[in-house]
Amino acid sequence: MGIRAHNVCKSFGSFVALDNVSVDIPSGSLTALLGPSGGGKSTLLRVIAGLEVPDHGRIEIAGEDATALSPQSRGVGFVFQHYAAFKHLSVFRNVAFGLEIRKRPKDEIAKRVRELLELVHLDQFADRLPSQLSGGQRQRMALARALAVEPRVMLLDEPFGALDAKVRKELREWLRRLHDEVHVTTVFVTHDQEEAMEVADEIVVINNGLVEQVGRPDQLYDRPANDFVMGFLGPVTRIGGQMVRPHDIEVLRTPEDGSLRATVTRIVRLGFEVRVDLSIDGEDAWAQVTRAQASSDNLAEGETVWVRPIRPTGHPLHAVG
Amino acid sequence: MPEPTSPRGGRAGRGGGPGRARLLLRAVALGYLAALLVLPVGLVLWRTFAGGLGPVLSSLADHSVLHAFQITAIVAVAAVVLNTFFGLGVALLLARHRFAGKRALNALIDLPVAVSPVVVGLALILVYGRFAPVGSWLEGLGFQVIFSLPGMIIATVFVSLPLVVREVQPVLVEIGIDQEQAAWTLGAGRFTTFRRITLPAIRWALAYGVVLTLARAMGEFGAVAVVSGRLVDKTQTVTLLVEERFQNFDQVTAYATSCVMAVIAILTMIAINVLRPTSLAEKESA
Repeated sequence: MGIRAHNVCKSFGSFVALDNVSVDIPSGSLTALLGPSGGGKSTLLRVIAGLEVPDHGRIEIAGEDATALSPQSRGVGFVFQHYAAFKHLSVFRNVAFGLEIRKRPKDEIAKRVRELLELVHLDQFADRLPSQLSGGQRQRMALARALAVEPRVMLLDEPFGALDAKVRKELREWLRRLHDEVHVTTVFVTHDQEEAMEVADEIVVINNGLVEQVGRPDQLYDRPANDFVMGFLGPVTRIGGQMVRPHDIEVLRTPEDGSLRATVTRIVRLGFEVRVDLSIDGEDAWAQVTRAQASSDNLAEGETVWVRPIRPTGHPLHAVG
Repeated sequence: MPEPTSPRGGRAGRGGGPGRARLLLRAVALGYLAALLVLPVGLVLWRTFAGGLGPVLSSLADHSVLHAFQITAIVAVAAVVLNTFFGLGVALLLARHRFAGKRALNALIDLPVAVSPVVVGLALILVYGRFAPVGSWLEGLGFQVIFSLPGMIIATVFVSLPLVVREVQPVLVEIGIDQEQAAWTLGAGRFTTFRRITLPAIRWALAYGVVLTLARAMGEFGAVAVVSGRLVDKTQTVTLLVEERFQNFDQVTAYATSCVMAVIAILTMIAINVLRPTSLAEKESA
C-alpha cells in the first residue's frame, strides 16, 4: 500500500532531475521529500501525480501500477506552492469542482463542501472569491479542494513556500493535526529541514536526483548516512577532521582523552545558548554550549581550551571508536 | 496584453497642476488627432448629410449597396470564426507546448502584419488562380477560389491572422498551467479543463481579439481588391463599393456607405473600451 517508486529516471534535456530513484512511502504516513532546490524532489512528486512522465521506471499507488495512468485517474490530491486557486470561482465552487466533475448529486456536494470548509476553518468564506482570501486561507482552500474527491494520496508541492514565516508555522502544525484526523497517505515537498523535522513521520532526503537517505527525523539527525545529510539536517562543524554537531562538543579546561587543544576566538551570546568560535591548529570550528556552562567555565576570548566530541555521530565514514 | 491605452491613462497628471509644457503637449496631441482623425471623419459625416436624410437613405437602399454589406458581413464573420478557432489553437500551442519549430511558428504568426495586403492578394492568386497548380486542381473539382467568396475569406483570414493569437497567448502564459493541472488531478479531462478553467481565465482577451479581428476584417481593402476581381453585385465588399462609387462620381452613396462603416467602427471601438478596462480591473484584483 502507500506509494512506491521503482527506478524512476527523468531528465529535462541534459539536466538529470531523477537518477534511478526508488522510494517506498508507507500507507497512512506523512512523509517529507527534503532537499535543496533543483535536487529533484518536486519532479518526483509530479511524477507520482502523473503531471510528469518518467523516462524510465514505475510508480505504484496503493499497490496498483499507476505508471500509465493519467493524472485524472490516479486518485491523487495535489496542492501547489502558489495555490492554483480557480480565480473565477468562489471558495465553495473551488472545493466543489472535483465533485461536480464526478457528477455527484447537488445536495451531496453541498453537504460535503460544508464539511470540508469547516475542517479547514473557511466556512464563513464560502461565497468569497480566492482573491479576497489571504495566502494561508487560499492554501487551506486548495487543501480542502484536493481532499474533496477523497484521494488515495495527498501530494503537496512546497505547500507553505509562498507564505510568510508566521503563517507558515501555523499551517505546519495545522497540517500535522489535519493528517492525524484524516489519515490519508501524504507526501509534501520542502527545502526547509525544520519544517520536515517538525511535521513529517518520515523524511526522504533527495539531492542531485538521488535519494541520500530515508528515515525518521531523529534517525536522520542522529545517524546521518553521509556528510550531505548531516550538513543539510542541522548545524555542523569540523574538529580533528570529523563532522560533529556543535552542541555535541564538550569544552574542557584541562586536557582529557581524545581531546584537542583549541583557542577561543570569539564568544557570541544568543539568548539561552552561547556560540564559542574556536581555532584548532589554525582551522576554524565552533561549539554550542549553554549559558550556564559558559559562565561556570569562565570562557573568554583568547583562552586555550580542550574540545572533544561528546558522542559518536554514527556517521559510517567517520565513525568515532 | 498590450500596454493599456485606455482613457485611464489620461488621469496620469493629477498630482500637481498641469505645467505649461504639459498643456502644450496636450494641445499638440489633441490637434494632431483632430487633424488626422476627427476632422476627416467629421467631414465625412457632414458631407453625407449635406443634402438631407432622404438621398442618404435612398442611396443606402440601393441593391448593390445592400449586396456589398451582405458580402462584407459574410466575409468578416467567416474570417472571425476561423481566426478565433485558429487563434485559440495556436495560442494554446505556443503557450503550453514545447515542440520543434515553435520559434519559427511564433515568428510566422506576425508575418501578415508585415506583408502588404496587396502582396497577400497577389500571392493568393499565384497559388489559387485558375492557371496555378492548386487553383486549377480545385477548379477541376468545381471549386472556384479566386474571384469568389472563398478567396476573399482566405485573404481576410490572412491579414487578420495574428490578432486573436497575440491577445490570448500572453494571458495564457501569465496565468500559467497550475490551475489546469489542478483541474486534471481533480478528475477533469482536457476539454472540460479548457471549458471550465482556461476559457473563463482568457475570456476578455479572447473577446478583445475577436473584436479587433472583426474590425480589421470589415475594413480590409487591398488583399480583397486583388482576389475578388471587384465584380459588382457578386464579389464587391463595402470598401470596394465605396472606392468604385467615389471614382464614378456617385459621392452621395460613397459618403453614406462610408458613414455607416464609420459608425460600425465607432461602435466596435466602444465595445473594445467596454471590454478593456474590465479585463484590466480583473487583473488588478487577482
